Amino acid sequence: MLNKAITDLLTKMADDELILGHRNSEWTGLGPVMEEDIAFSSMAQDKIGHSWALFRILEELPEGRQADLNAFCRPEAAFKCCHLVEYPNSGYDFSLMRHFLFDQAEAVRYESLQESSFEPLQQLSKKVKGELKYHTLHANAWILQLSRAGEESYDRMQTALNEIMALAAGIFEPARDYEQALIDEKVYPGEKELYNRWLDRIYPVLVKASLNLPDLNAIAPAYGGRTGQHTPYLGPLLKEMGEVFNLDTAANW
Amino acid sequence: MTQEITIENIYNSLQQVMDPEIPVLSVVELGMITDVVLTAGGAEVHMIPTFAACPAVTYLQRNIRQRLEEDLHIPVTVIVDKHIAWNSNRISEAAKVKLEQFGIAPPKRLAGEVSEELFVEVPCPHCGSTDTYLRAPFGSTLCRAIHFCKSCGQIFEQFKPLE
Repeated sequence: MLNKAITDLLTKMADDELILGHRNSEWTGLGPVMEEDIAFSSMAQDKIGHSWALFRILEELPEGRQADLNAFCRPEAAFKCCHLVEYPNSGYDFSLMRHFLFDQAEAVRYESLQESSFEPLQQLSKKVKGELKYHTLHANAWILQLSRAGEESYDRMQTALNEIMALAAGIFEPARDYEQALIDEKVYPGEKELYNRWLDRIYPVLVKASLNLPDLNAIAPAYGGRTGQHTPYLGPLLKEMGEVFNLDTAANW
Repeated sequence: MTQEITIENIYNSLQQVMDPEIPVLSVVELGMITDVVLTAGGAEVHMIPTFAACPAVTYLQRNIRQRLEEDLHIPVTVIVDKHIAWNSNRISEAAKVKLEQFGIAPPKRLAGEVSEELFVEVPCPHCGSTDTYLRAPFGSTLCRAIHFCKSCGQIFEQFKPLE
């Protein structure tokens, strides 16, 4: 039971990192300024590295599957990423707001995992937490700068926040069958607790940026991703991401 | 002449294995080696990457193995150590001087967590001025940030402090 619960947790975390890493990499060569092009490319590299580390932990679990096969050879319905990471990059406002909300959520999650009873995750979390500092530093700085850069810029950041909030709340979809077991066994504090910590974390930054948090009672979190129900955007992304790997899945790189 | 197989000689050989992204620093100077163990007829080298997604890890593992096998003629296993996480305080003081001479500002020493403070007034490795600002926390490799020196008008890179 616990093994299945941990597999579920690791898989959803790895899938979020892999898919958002892929989306971030789509900014390579297209960033609005050179430094931002480099930033999104670097964050893509970090995210895919973190997903690789999680897939490696999965690989070492009983009946674990080889990391590359897990990443590239699963059917869409076996992916457990949230809808937020699946959406196309759209404009820079959307991408940046997603980056801010997602990376703050990751920071809260990995901080909580410092206390995890599951040793491999506890060890990895120390490493990832330090690296994520740069992602949140980058995100906070740009949320502030763009929200203070005139009316059009401010409006676009507020609109992006309004549009993304329900998707971002979907990060914290509880695991249907495993949530309580993971909390009881002190693997992690549970999605509800992480959601509250996340709100405490993003609120002060939004206040500094004079952005208004949408009414949380009025939004319906975009759930479904954790149980394999995805947006139409995931399928084409998976196809593209696995295109080279699937030419010859046994090839040695 | 074949060298004697001692921990010291193994470290001496490891001093010759350079980081591919910063060719003036060895894996030892960067603090990437966590342990060296002599085994029956061979040796085990335990190492850690600077960043989790460091693309050079496999390359470094191979270079370490080749170097030691060439110098000491023993089979070597290189193991990635999961119990220790790399942080920028692991870079030796001597290595920080080399880094600066190479044109990369070394990371300020960490006391506790990484904060914005570590990115202000970073001394420019070209002219020494501290009239500098952080231009972007990401650079040409995962371990570097980009700064600008107002005094000499040059862009420079800093090896990032990492917890």
